[in-house]
Amino acid sequence: MSSTPTVGVLALQGDVREHAVALAEADALARPVRRPEELADLDGLVIPGGESTTMSNLALAFGLMEPLRARVAEGLPVYGSCAGMIMLADKILDGRDDQQSVGGIDMTVRRNAFGRQNESFESPVDFAGLEGGPLHGVFIRAPWVESVGAGVEVLAELPAGPAAGRTVAVRQGNLLATSFHPELTGDHRVHAFFVDLVRAAAR
Amino acid sequence: MSTTSPATPSHGEGDQPQVGTARVKRGMAEQLKGGVIMDVVTPEQARIAEDAGAVAVMALERVPADIRKDGGVARMSDPDMIDGIINAVSIPVMAKSRIGHFVEAQVLQALGVDYIDESEVLTPADEVNHSDKWAFTTPFVCGATNLGEALRRIAEGAAMIRSKGEAGTGNVVEAVRHMRQIRADIRRLTTLDENELFVAAKNLQAPYELVKEVATLGKLPVVLFSAGGVATPADAALMMQLGAEGVFVGSGIFKSGDPAKRAAAVVKATTFFDDPDVIAKVSRGLGEAMVGINCDTLPETERYANRGW
Repeated sequence: MSSTPTVGVLALQGDVREHAVALAEADALARPVRRPEELADLDGLVIPGGESTTMSNLALAFGLMEPLRARVAEGLPVYGSCAGMIMLADKILDGRDDQQSVGGIDMTVRRNAFGRQNESFESPVDFAGLEGGPLHGVFIRAPWVESVGAGVEVLAELPAGPAAGRTVAVRQGNLLATSFHPELTGDHRVHAFFVDLVRAAAR
Repeated sequence: MSTTSPATPSHGEGDQPQVGTARVKRGMAEQLKGGVIMDVVTPEQARIAEDAGAVAVMALERVPADIRKDGGVARMSDPDMIDGIINAVSIPVMAKSRIGHFVEAQVLQALGVDYIDESEVLTPADEVNHSDKWAFTTPFVCGATNLGEALRRIAEGAAMIRSKGEAGTGNVVEAVRHMRQIRADIRRLTTLDENELFVAAKNLQAPYELVKEVATLGKLPVVLFSAGGVATPADAALMMQLGAEGVFVGSGIFKSGDPAKRAAAVVKATTFFDDPDVIAKVSRGLGEAMVGINCDTLPETERYANRGW
């Protein structure tokens, strides 16, 4: 593989452009994905922030859910932020009763866990394995990780506030998920971390 | 708002979460992009909208078409109705306050709505001033017919802009006019040199700093949706192709023959706005569209877009 991996951004709805910009800054070639055939030839995929019920609805309507699950099962590296984290969770709490996810990470995620928009917040976040100090976490009607299985590595917990100690970033194999939105901050270290993971998986 | 750079926050008090920042307000709208926000007047309608894939609902007492028909003063919705809709769905809930009625906005914030629309569809409470939107934790969306108006609202604290169109008409012509105007104003700014931006700010009647930011970015510093007149999947796709980042649909859905089906079709056409095959497919068998009003027969006094300044 060339040193510039191709990373898709699921473009059904959400902050697709911000992820594409962050991926380009992290030396990946970003490509929007809305159709099953666009999943072929990808080295990695980002599921952006957005409304998880809408994304799930459209993924089912346009025949993307099963192809996405198949690619995850094959080991495709996938990073999900916020709604993307919900899409990668094996189990969802406080979702719609019929809400489906792609799954892949052995975790239970609680949707809108911190509350409504008035409770959306910014907070520094220590992210295991990233150099250069804490990340600036932007949490918008964000989920948190309620519990994880044995194979899941917890990368970040909230340091302070009413939800101190809650898990907000995890990794299982080639799958990465954050409750917060690094794509909104101009700090592209999480995307660089993911692109490194994509490069390593392609070797 | 934090003034420390993201890479070097100190531990201690800086670790406390901060709510109501410009970033979480504007960031919330970024999450709605590519989506459809639907006017609803009951919890049942809210559930239909969520089932259809709406990214948010706008809780209203009457849809704009009925406000037009019934006349009288249109105000903020009943708190019980807003509560009912908040409890019915898991997606974000928006609600409208009258222009300049900052107490209605305070009530909506207290009710826990996710976004406040300071809206020309309701009867203005102040014919000079809009609300100071910086004073709120809840973010605001405001309407605009041109770039100067959009930037004045952003200067007042709006975290999202929608082109106004002409609500309750089912006629997309004014939405097109306003979206084209805003986009053309932005394009023009990007062609000016540094010296010319000062006069551009004067002519736009907008703060120089925001004018300069738009000239540099080539876009608004906040998300831009379309509103006012979308009635069909093709209308929604048209607004997206004209540069909208998402679509508000008011009377167009629940004043049509088959709201559930039309709502789902508008959502799909918004995602695949550049794919005529998908738009054609979802446009079949939707039943009656809302009847609609010709905007050129609408008296000036009944044009909501003229409210706000």
